[in-house]
Amino acid sequence: MQFMLLFSRQGKLRLQKWYVPLSDKEKKKITRELVQTVLARKPKMCSFLEWRDLKIVYKRYASLYFCCAIEDQDNELITLEIIHRYVELLDKYFGSVCELDIIFNFEKAYFILDEFLLGGEAQETSKKNVLKAIEQADLLQEVSTEVYYHHCKATAIGVHHRVFGLSL
Amino acid sequence: MTPSVRLQEMIRVIRSARTQGEERGIIQRECADIRAQFRQGDNGERSHSLAKLLYVHMLGYPAHFGQMECVRLIASPRYSEKRIGYLGAMMLLDEKQDASLLITNSIKNDLSHSSQYVQSLALCTLACMGSAEMCRDLAPEIERLLRASNSYIKKKATLCAVHIIKKVPELAELFTPSARTLLSEKNHGVLHGAVVLITELCKRNPDTLDQFRKAVPELVQIMKGLVTSSYSPEHNVAGISDPFLQVRILRLLRILGHNNDTASDAMNDLLAQVATNTDSSKTAGSAVLYETVLTIMDINSESGLRVLAVNILGRFLLNNDRNIRYISMTSLQKIVQTDHNAVQRHRGTIVDCLKDQDTSVKRRALELSLALVSAVNIRSMMKELLIFLSFCPPELRSQTASGIFNAAERYSPSKRWHIDTILHVLTTAGGDVRDETVPNLIQLITTASELHCYTVHKLYRALVKDIAQSLVQVACWCIGEYGDLLLKGECEEIEPMQVTEDDVLDALETVLQSHMSSPATRGFALTATMKLSTRITDNVDRIRSIVSIYGSCIDLELQQRAVEYNALFKKYDHMRAAVLERMPVMDKNLPGHTNGDTPGEIKEPDTSKPKPVEAGLLSEPASQVCDLLDLLGGTDTPLQPSPAPTSTPTTTSSADLLDLLGGLEPTPVPTVSVYEKNGLSLKIQCDKQTETEVTVSLIASNSTQNDITNFTLQAAVPKSVQLQMKAPSGNVIPAHGLGQVTQTVLLNNPNKASLKMRIRVSYSNQGAMHQDTVLIDSFPSTACQPSISPL
Repeated sequence: MQFMLLFSRQGKLRLQKWYVPLSDKEKKKITRELVQTVLARKPKMCSFLEWRDLKIVYKRYASLYFCCAIEDQDNELITLEIIHRYVELLDKYFGSVCELDIIFNFEKAYFILDEFLLGGEAQETSKKNVLKAIEQADLLQEVSTEVYYHHCKATAIGVHHRVFGLSL
Repeated sequence: MTPSVRLQEMIRVIRSARTQGEERGIIQRECADIRAQFRQGDNGERSHSLAKLLYVHMLGYPAHFGQMECVRLIASPRYSEKRIGYLGAMMLLDEKQDASLLITNSIKNDLSHSSQYVQSLALCTLACMGSAEMCRDLAPEIERLLRASNSYIKKKATLCAVHIIKKVPELAELFTPSARTLLSEKNHGVLHGAVVLITELCKRNPDTLDQFRKAVPELVQIMKGLVTSSYSPEHNVAGISDPFLQVRILRLLRILGHNNDTASDAMNDLLAQVATNTDSSKTAGSAVLYETVLTIMDINSESGLRVLAVNILGRFLLNNDRNIRYISMTSLQKIVQTDHNAVQRHRGTIVDCLKDQDTSVKRRALELSLALVSAVNIRSMMKELLIFLSFCPPELRSQTASGIFNAAERYSPSKRWHIDTILHVLTTAGGDVRDETVPNLIQLITTASELHCYTVHKLYRALVKDIAQSLVQVACWCIGEYGDLLLKGECEEIEPMQVTEDDVLDALETVLQSHMSSPATRGFALTATMKLSTRITDNVDRIRSIVSIYGSCIDLELQQRAVEYNALFKKYDHMRAAVLERMPVMDKNLPGHTNGDTPGEIKEPDTSKPKPVEAGLLSEPASQVCDLLDLLGGTDTPLQPSPAPTSTPTTTSSADLLDLLGGLEPTPVPTVSVYEKNGLSLKIQCDKQTETEVTVSLIASNSTQNDITNFTLQAAVPKSVQLQMKAPSGNVIPAHGLGQVTQTVLLNNPNKASLKMRIRVSYSNQGAMHQDTVLIDSFPSTACQPSISPL
């Protein structure tokens, strides 16, 4: 996989993971063009399209488009499965994930992605193992921040959107 | 306030901004805040500030001032800070930034950290954005981790190694030994990584590929385990056990089995098993099946397996899921050349996909349909393609039109059908056809002499109704050429329609005056009007007046034509009839043919004795020449050489036109005898010679009392030379030297090796079979004589 983009129906970027070295300017250009192309597709069209010399695999989940760019020899159908697996992971982690979760906890979305894919390839094919690893890492993070914020945890202020126990 | 709330609070505030300007203001404030935080140094707030910066970065705002902060945070002992620091590095630092080198040392330290989660951060970052230098520095560490650590780290180290090899291919050797042992791991994550690593190693180095071929049985075992194993909930996706791993193993098997019989045999059974047993009701299963099909088609599989694969693709074509249909057509496209018959069986379904809603699916279906057109199915396929042309999306129009033209040219069952098809395309999609269609069509029409009447009637009717430029141009040309046939009124194959001279001139004048006509079209119309002056009787004055009007036209081309035609009326009236006479049949091979307005030079395609091809002309591939000869053979004289070459009536006008065009005088070319025995003599004539190509003609004649029959020539040339033998003019050489058989041979000599050609002659004379060989040593230029040595 060369890169993965998550964007809303209005074209706002929610996550971008690049596995190839490109300048900021190039990344912006690619993102803009690709988002335009994908958003222009009608709902019943197929999930694959050819764009420049890459194959693009995309799927829409609620209000978010998950879009991957793969190389010629990569299997499009298994890429769809990879996208689906990532959504499942997010869903399990956040509990019925919605776009807002990914907006307000974008760094966690990245952490989850980095436990599932490495260098553009799947590193762990068991859902259970990925979630376990995230849990452990989050625990480790909590422990390391306790030094400074143990007193803040006791006085957690409720906010109208979801806040998780595992905080930065 | 807990820090995370501060981050989320900031996000909320940014999102509530109502205008772009308001958002920019908020961002500016926040960035100032973040910068201040960074300057303060270690206060426990740095990771939150960086997180805020990363959010701002994702919105598209510049964040380069955070790069050094990433470096600092990565070096921090606290996991929370490392975690966000590494994330920042992956987002803000790419290998093009100088700061990226600064984290190499931190990564190195973290790779040996006591906590596997810290190691994991380092591995992930290296695999994501590691530059070649960083990879070189850290490769030994990664190799160590590949061997020594737990599964969690091993799987990450493996994929990190893949990245290293992509960046620094020379390091591949470092990882090859460990890669092999990794295949015996039980952990799926490690196994998956190992397969990816081995795939990458084999891609880079053919020796490594050979080495890993020995692993095929092991891979087959692993696959078998996955396919037949009992339900394993951990790796199960829709009933398929670890489809991700299965797909990667199949892909590796493909590379290992390609062009290698032993390896292919070893995996044959497995592939058959996977192909038959995998449940494809969900995407996961289809993904595995798809990869299996790709593998089967790419290795040396037995034919039964290949048929199985094509059938799977055929089943995919009928799937409700559009994605699967698309995938199937992409794969069929790859194999349509090699397994043509197998794919033909699914032609019906493919043609149905032309009606799909999705443009990508339509495009695939179009490409496949065009590839599947053959002499057998041309009529039904063309019907479908023409229907498709009327409804297809505009971006596919010109591709469809050219595809139809190519198919028609190769397989048309009859000339009339061919002309009808082209006319149909021009009326439906005239605006989208390429420019060379016009001269091609004109050339086709001239060769179909019995259809002139029919063609001109049809075109006239189309002209009256339609305005598409290409069609109008062809119609004008035909009306100009065959106007007399049009006026005759009756035509066998079309309903009679009374056309008067006025009608015809009206039509042409409309074209001349219409503001939709391009200058080229006007040129056609004017010339056509002029030609009619010799073909009609009553309205010559009208023509004269039309032509003289355009003598003062603003368009230079039209003006020039009109002035010249005027001159033809006045001063050169005696020449007018000759100049405007009916054009002879055009030969496709000539360069002048591509000129759009004035269909080009004339060469007599004398089928009994083809004249030598002139210098500078391109030669067509043999099949096309055969087709052309067949076309001519169908309507004109048959291909058998007749005792005396027939001369055609139009030689006089062609001579005139040849003069007009500067003349193409055939230069006398030496003919050298290379073989003389038993009354059969073989001469060679150099027709054309460039630095890398030589065209020669072999001429055989017979001085015996009896005809020589079954005469065939075979030629052999050195390895680096490519040989193309055109169709011989015949295989019977009449006795008494009354006729000859000629065969043109084209030699392509890209390496400029010394040319030699061995010719084997075989023939029957008086019932006895003869065979002989002759070696031609050198092919000098057209001026010199070749040296020969009969064997």
